[in-house]
Amino acid sequence: MNNSPIRSALFVATLAAVSGASLASTTVTIGTVNNGDMIRMQELSGAFEQAHPDIKLEWVVLEENVLRQRLTTDIATNGGQFDVMTIGMYEAPIWGKKGWLKPVENLPADYDLEDIFPSVRKGLSSEGSLYGLPFYSESSMTYYRTDLFEAAGLSMPNQPSWDQIRDFAKALHKPAEGQYGLCLRGKAGWGENMAIVSTMANAFGARWFDEQWKPEFNGSAWKDTIEFYVDALNKYGPPGVSSNGFNETLALFGSGKCAIWVDSTVAGSFVTDTSQSNVTDKVGFALAPQQVTTKGAGWLWSWGLAIPASSDAGDAATEFVTWATSKEYSQLVAEKFGIAAMPPGSRASTYANADYMAAAPFAAKTLESMDRADPDDSTLKPSPYTGIQFAAIPEFQSIATQVGKLVSGALAGSMTVDEALSSSQSITEREMKRARYYQ
Amino acid sequence: MLTLKQGRQLQTVLLGTLAWLVALTIFFPIFWMILTSFKTEIDAFATPPQLFFTPTLENYLHIDARSDYFHFAWNSVVVSFGSTLLGMLLAVPAAYSMAFFETKRTKSTLLWMLSTKMLPPVGVLVPIYLIFKDFGLLDTKFGLVLIYTLINLPIMVWMVYTYFKEIPKDILEAARLDGATALQEIYRVLLPISKGGLASTVLLSLILSWNEAFWSLNLTASSAAPLTALVASYSSPEGLFWAKLSAVSTLACAPILIFGWLSQKQLVRGLSFGAVK
Repeated sequence: MNNSPIRSALFVATLAAVSGASLASTTVTIGTVNNGDMIRMQELSGAFEQAHPDIKLEWVVLEENVLRQRLTTDIATNGGQFDVMTIGMYEAPIWGKKGWLKPVENLPADYDLEDIFPSVRKGLSSEGSLYGLPFYSESSMTYYRTDLFEAAGLSMPNQPSWDQIRDFAKALHKPAEGQYGLCLRGKAGWGENMAIVSTMANAFGARWFDEQWKPEFNGSAWKDTIEFYVDALNKYGPPGVSSNGFNETLALFGSGKCAIWVDSTVAGSFVTDTSQSNVTDKVGFALAPQQVTTKGAGWLWSWGLAIPASSDAGDAATEFVTWATSKEYSQLVAEKFGIAAMPPGSRASTYANADYMAAAPFAAKTLESMDRADPDDSTLKPSPYTGIQFAAIPEFQSIATQVGKLVSGALAGSMTVDEALSSSQSITEREMKRARYYQ
Repeated sequence: MLTLKQGRQLQTVLLGTLAWLVALTIFFPIFWMILTSFKTEIDAFATPPQLFFTPTLENYLHIDARSDYFHFAWNSVVVSFGSTLLGMLLAVPAAYSMAFFETKRTKSTLLWMLSTKMLPPVGVLVPIYLIFKDFGLLDTKFGLVLIYTLINLPIMVWMVYTYFKEIPKDILEAARLDGATALQEIYRVLLPISKGGLASTVLLSLILSWNEAFWSLNLTASSAAPLTALVASYSSPEGLFWAKLSAVSTLACAPILIFGWLSQKQLVRGLSFGAVK
């Protein structure tokens, strides 16, 4: 062929250009969950790429449980598939301690690490080292329908007790009109029903483990908790409550079918958003209910961005993580999506912003809830673990998943509360002994 | 009193109605998914569920803005067709030897092959992940082609073996007498005769590969992720997502649904091959 030398030259030139381009840029692969704040981050990441033309971002967005399994497999086998991982307060200290994550160090001065809530920093740290920067954080609080309370002549205190919640629910429960007194998570899962059940147990004076790591499901505090939970939801909850998770309950509350709902502070932005809720102007906010104690009544969770030790793009990943959790990023969100969309629960400066406080009616209670949450002191009696709605030990996920199924079973009526607690006790004892916490 | 003719007519009507009922029951989830994809998130979560609503394209527009659908679709096409091609290249000779040169171990070999399908995939996740990592196959289309081929091979061998068993050995002997080699036997005699059966094997393998989610979610990240990974990215732990998930699921199902529709004749012929002599 006549033009083969020209073709070869073109081919070589193209190859050189392509390889040159690939050498010049670093690809950062980010594993994250699909929720509003994370999707906004993905949408705004173009601004980061523009400012950092040498860094290319690739996104792997997965459902929370799938992502957790995917990231755990990758990090435990040193797979190196991800440069930035979205992990929670449960994983960060455990993985950090194992040396699977790079500690966060040498942040630029304008990052202002002190601006991040101390409880959040503590939750993402292990033995004094920070292993992730918080993207957004949450506690739990009480949502209630102000119109229904007003019509019934009821008044919600700043921090109600669970007994009061039950009395209010009783007064407002009108199933014939499609209105249910109390909505709580019932779906089995350590991050689903066990989040609310654990905080309820804290308020009732229970704890997951005593100082010797022995479970306490056979104690009266746990019995009171589960009996209350099952009784209140069966009497004043919506039908099929044992299969309702966060989203199902959000949908029920948003469509005006729940009088009271206790759940994540993140829901504040959903129930006041007209595209997701029909009750935007009829929602009141109170702290998560107490009972015999206020300790651990509201949970604490944070989604943080961490860099696995196996990442070969550590510097570029650090650059991105710093940007995505900075004040500058929050400002960008405010400009593009409105000030109420700023990532909540992580930075004190967000709550010092008068415009934000005015635009987000749930912000004041979120701040108060975050201030009260202390993962190191969440139970009435002393406990050996860190975490409010979880215990930050590797065995917890498996134990709480099984206990969650039993509690959900008791709620659905497939077993008694005593049977559920007795099985929970034996399962947890077996797992803890197997892990050699005690003999 | 019904006459014989009337009785037969009634039987035909009843059977027809039953067939329609079964078909509609099977199709209902797909119908509901397509319907939900045109709802707003509030309508999608409404109780009682709404059959009549104002349709919207906002979910499809959201997906178009957020995800590169064609990147994921192309990966699905490559890994499904690639694994089916590779699987058939291995399954046809394997089934040929088992069907026409049977030994005393053939039956147990076939059963052993099928037994690999009985292990839950998660049981071998870590070893497979480590092998993929060591060979640089993580997040590659070639890696997925390999794993899908291995997953579907037992079924493909079984199916092709069943079709080959229906073919009289005399035909092959006649070809041999005419001087045909083993390859020619397969290519010129066996394949044309069992075209319908092979087509249904190919289709089944394509559908299974297209819909496989466990390995595609665990072995890919961004560059080789197929449509199943795209669907998984729209399930949310916090926030309403049913309408968007329905829209992305409709988009993920559409190509294989259309492909199955166009080739249903081969599929039905293949599945009933050998059933009626």
